Amino acid sequence: MSASASSRPGSRAWLLAETPHSRTQARLGQAYVRWLHFLRNPLAMIGLAIVVALIVIAALAPYLTSHSPFAQDLGNRLQAPSAEHILGTDELGRDVYARLLHGARITLLIVGLVAIIVGPIGLLVGTVAGYLGGWFDTVLMRITDVFLAFPRLILALAFVAALGPGIQNAIIAIAITAWPPYARIARAETLTIRNSDFISAIRLQGAGPLRIILGHVVPLCLSSLIIRITLDMAGIILTAAGLGFLGLGAQPPMPEWGAMISSGRKFLIDHWWVATIPGVAICIVSLGFNLLGDGLRDVLDPKGK
Amino acid sequence: MAASGDPLLTVEDLWVRFPGRTRVVEAVRGISFAVGREKLGIVGESGSGKSVTGRSILRLIQPPGQVTARRLMFDGIDLARIDEAAMRDIRGRRISMVLQDPKFSLNPVMTVGRQIAEAYLIHHKAEPAEARRRALDMLAAVRIRNPERVFDLYPHEVSGGMGQRIMMAMMLIPDPDLMIADEPTSALDVTVQMQVLAILDDLVSKRGMGLIFISHDLNLVASFCDRVLIMYAGRIVEVCQAARLREARHPYTVGLLRSLPRIDEPVDELQVLQRDPAWLDAPAP
Amino acid sequence: MIMVEGLDVTFGHGPSAVHAVKNASFTVAPGEAFGIVGESGSGKSTVLRALAGLNPAWTGSIVVAGEAQPPHRRRAFFKQVQMVFQDPYGSLHPRHTVDRILSEPVAIHGLGQSDRRIERALLEVGLGPAFRFRYPHQLSGGQRQRVAIARALILEPRILLLDEPTSALDVSVQAEVLNLLVRLRRERALTYVLVTHNLSVIAHMCGRLAVMNAGRIVEEMTVAQLRAATPREAYTRQLLRASLGYDRRAADQFETYD
Repeated sequence: MSASASSRPGSRAWLLAETPHSRTQARLGQAYVRWLHFLRNPLAMIGLAIVVALIVIAALAPYLTSHSPFAQDLGNRLQAPSAEHILGTDELGRDVYARLLHGARITLLIVGLVAIIVGPIGLLVGTVAGYLGGWFDTVLMRITDVFLAFPRLILALAFVAALGPGIQNAIIAIAITAWPPYARIARAETLTIRNSDFISAIRLQGAGPLRIILGHVVPLCLSSLIIRITLDMAGIILTAAGLGFLGLGAQPPMPEWGAMISSGRKFLIDHWWVATIPGVAICIVSLGFNLLGDGLRDVLDPKGK
Repeated sequence: MAASGDPLLTVEDLWVRFPGRTRVVEAVRGISFAVGREKLGIVGESGSGKSVTGRSILRLIQPPGQVTARRLMFDGIDLARIDEAAMRDIRGRRISMVLQDPKFSLNPVMTVGRQIAEAYLIHHKAEPAEARRRALDMLAAVRIRNPERVFDLYPHEVSGGMGQRIMMAMMLIPDPDLMIADEPTSALDVTVQMQVLAILDDLVSKRGMGLIFISHDLNLVASFCDRVLIMYAGRIVEVCQAARLREARHPYTVGLLRSLPRIDEPVDELQVLQRDPAWLDAPAP
Repeated sequence: MIMVEGLDVTFGHGPSAVHAVKNASFTVAPGEAFGIVGESGSGKSTVLRALAGLNPAWTGSIVVAGEAQPPHRRRAFFKQVQMVFQDPYGSLHPRHTVDRILSEPVAIHGLGQSDRRIERALLEVGLGPAFRFRYPHQLSGGQRQRVAIARALILEPRILLLDEPTSALDVSVQAEVLNLLVRLRRERALTYVLVTHNLSVIAHMCGRLAVMNAGRIVEEMTVAQLRAATPREAYTRQLLRASLGYDRRAADQFETYD
């Protein structure tokens, strides 16, 4: 692994110092040790590479192809992969490669927004219910149970049907259906943390519940939540693709991968690339998030050490 | 070696190494000792290698840990040379081990009686009824007052002291020649501790079993064992008769003894052990 | 300094309820070191936790520094009373540096001069400033316990509650921590309540002690009486006998007291 060797020896020693001299140094040193640990897991590195590649592709999509994802060319319908269209064209003559690259943006938007909405909600509901207990716990957890009782895709379908099809509504629907498991995890973690001596100690310092939850409980729940969300990314992508496939997610002509598979399936036998290529992309990205999540589990899980 | 007779186990030049990321940790560094039909105490602080020594005799060190020894002779068998199948035959039946916390060693979903009977059946061909009778006898032998009732309890239904006695019954039912007890009473209250030790004591004196008693508690070892090995940083720094531990000469042993608060000898300030780097490489006594 | 009268603690409800402490009463004078000894389940730690305000489900009366204490303590109480826990691995937040652990109480009580206070607290417990930005996993058991003591002292309390402060430590480290606690009490005129199962630690640290068994205080005595081996109660005599080391004959005579 040459990534660690590229940093100067001086800064390496600074990061690995036994006796850090400032808060920043201690924090960076801790992160660096974790990074070194992460580097030793080749599968996790593959996962990270895939996710980074997805982000780069999404950011640079317009520069990686000269074709527009929307430009129709009915004379060139369903062309096989060639020098001009390296992944072929679809039923409206649009370049599949360009659509794939721009689709990465949508995929990233979906997973990013869902994670940003779902993480904090799950964390807050779970830690508050777990730490305060009593009525808070009962009420919050029964609400969580109600959401958990429905299969995720079915519930998302119901929400999208109510809100109307579209990418924003798909994200909202996925977020609404995705948070309960995180609340459950955060609550379970909180229950094990709540009675530990270091929480008793901070209570004896006179800290109130808000300070304890935010400063002491949340940091310990965070890692297992990050791991779980990363592992669930694949599921979120598939749900989004599923909604797209059923015509309830991204609407034409948006190059969403699920919608691309949906429109391409009619030509699957004779023109395999139209549906297969976005399918492969979903597969690779899901795999990448899964590998990354597994790697993060090794690095972040305090019990693993 | 007063009342020990022939050694039951002879350990020569035992090393245990754990390869780490940056360096190899040597947990045990070339120790040699012998155990007869006696109570041998191994005392040391955490990290001294005392527990690793006990586990390495039964070859319970997990890879990447490596155990090497010139000889590990147990009743004419060199434990360092035999294969895993032969080792399994010795483990449990001829040498057994009791650990600190019985909760981790008992199967939570099986009644304690069945577990003890099972331990008997693994090593003996017998009818289930015979195994049950043996298990009940064994529970009585470790002084459980109502064996019939305890037989049908699950591990979570018994107290710590009772759990440790059940553990012992399970380890003793194959009638081992040697028992390795790693802090068997540290989790117990002092009075229960005494009762559990009395059981071990009787087994050694009546059945002629050998006992390796690993502990951090100097006072306990001094009053319970026949002989004591004091370990420091993976080496044996001193061997002495337990009754004469107070006359120990090695500065480490002396320092440890003086750092203990005592009910009968009040002091204003406890002596703090000053560690000498030379102890690390001192030759074995 | 501390007056506990008729303290009763019950956990749970109905038939599965556990009566952990039954009618416990004792007083501790200012500057005194008072020990509570007992076996597991005797209720000794429960008394301490009720005293600290960690367990609000008790009845009876607890008076600290002349003030009757409600089940839920006010913030000012914690400036007077602090606690050190048994397990040095469990009492420090695994993701916080020593600096964060020590600065938190200063921030909660708005004391200011955080840097100066932290450095002084670390020096007082025998840890240099080099330890300030370390994480708990970079410290040994003894060092962690020193950090826990520093955290308790940073609010400059008058009473320190010690729950088995050295039973998770090696004997040589135990000696260092006990010496530290003795020195701090002398220098700061602190009042200690020390809970432990180890009679020799009590004999070393305290002047008086209470013996607890099955939720009750069975006997209160001075350490001089303990050293002279003249306890009144049979239970205490048995405890003392067992603490002195193994004795085959004594083991047969041990009884269960409930």
